[in-house]
Amino acid sequence: MENKKQIFKQIKSKYFPLIKSLQTGLLLITGLAGYMSARCPVLNISTLLALTGSLLLSISGSTALNMWYDRDIDAKMPRTSNRPLSTGETKPREALIFGLFLSVIGISWALVLDPLYGVVVFAGLFFDVVVYTIWLKRRTAWSIVWGGISGGMPVLAGRVLGVGHIDWVGIALAMAVLFWIPTHILTFSLRYHEDYQAANIPTFPSVYNNQTTRLIIAVSSVLTALAMGLAAYGVGMTWGFLRLMAVLSIGLLALAVRSLTLPSERITFGLFKYASLYMLSSMLLLFAAGF
Amino acid sequence: MKKISALDRILLLATVLLAAYQIAGGMNGMEPLTIWFYTVSFGTLLVAGLLLIILGFEGLEIQAVVIVSTLIPLSLSLGLISEHLVEYTIPYLIICVVGFTAIVITRFSVTDRIATIILAVVHGIAGLIIFLLPIFLSIRGAMPAGFALVGLGAAVIGLGGLLLAFLKAGQPILSQKTILTLLPALIFLMTAAFVSGLSFS
Repeated sequence: MENKKQIFKQIKSKYFPLIKSLQTGLLLITGLAGYMSARCPVLNISTLLALTGSLLLSISGSTALNMWYDRDIDAKMPRTSNRPLSTGETKPREALIFGLFLSVIGISWALVLDPLYGVVVFAGLFFDVVVYTIWLKRRTAWSIVWGGISGGMPVLAGRVLGVGHIDWVGIALAMAVLFWIPTHILTFSLRYHEDYQAANIPTFPSVYNNQTTRLIIAVSSVLTALAMGLAAYGVGMTWGFLRLMAVLSIGLLALAVRSLTLPSERITFGLFKYASLYMLSSMLLLFAAGF
Repeated sequence: MKKISALDRILLLATVLLAAYQIAGGMNGMEPLTIWFYTVSFGTLLVAGLLLIILGFEGLEIQAVVIVSTLIPLSLSLGLISEHLVEYTIPYLIICVVGFTAIVITRFSVTDRIATIILAVVHGIAGLIIFLLPIFLSIRGAMPAGFALVGLGAAVIGLGGLLLAFLKAGQPILSQKTILTLLPALIFLMTAAFVSGLSFS
């Protein structure tokens, strides 16, 4: 009994932080929403559970691999310096094996479930780990575009599993996430500008300036709202849901414009949080529209 | 400034969910114009609730809050007028646009005293319509008795508005801490009253 407790405690402190539960949870919800947007599969519980399991494992795996690769820069940034890989609580080899194990199981499960769905899930992992983290993150501020593309893959994968092919609604949903990522990441890089500088990571605030970054955030917020609205229309949402989505989008735009015209730390933080809530709410609406 | 508590956040989240319900499903069968007026009102309430949850009560210090929060009574009263006194919709819409413009202009260009008077007049007109019209229609039997809950909602937020107004005028009836403790509950009760009252529409 004591031994079991010890193992659980170890998993909680050594491995659980490697999967960034909030971020993984949000991406998983986008995948489920993409699936539910196909409007029929709610009756197919086994597929829904398999989607949840394979996506959760794949996203957690790719996040753990990112953490493993970025352990040196995490140690340099105050915000991330207490992560288990930075503190030495988790050994790099353990994190690598953990990440590879989750990824292989997740991708294999996805491929068995549906080959096209598996390919999209794999593309998400490949863009995130190889293209974004290993290749571009330390070279260019524009790496976030690839981060955005990989972020859009779970919702596209869910949609693909629901309808059986890649359609324009799935692309629009993925675009909405792609455009949302800059709003999310750039507000973060504005807030933790010094952290990223300490780790020598190029970000928009350091390569360009804060005002240009805020302009990009505002533009990407507009594009997020447009892509999400288009997708919601394509899914066939009722007018009531569309109105609600429009209200949430206007809130996002208003905050982005406010951040551009009267910038402050508080508004930047508010925009960062609101953007996450916006994505979560939009996905829950898509989810609800499936019933 | 008082820190926002978990209970405050729960009450505000309940407010947001009620407003979301009203926008998404609570206006079936109404005229498009009325739907849009109510959508603006409950939409502003929804976004304001989310921002309060995110930013805490410090969010109330943002200057635009005064302007944006005016949209709630103005558009709700417009919705009521367009639903029940259709012939007055355009004249009242003009009054609302003029009133709202006056609030925006006076916030940035004249003394606090004039800005406060304009704000009180515009809020007063809209508040009286939201308070009196549903009660009047219910008493006359033109609408079910439950519709009067909308008026009750107006009374609840009117109380909150009064407390805030006296606080801002430097003659507080209650301390700022007490007012901010009461505010999420008042906002929730107001929204619950509006949503339940409008369900009788």
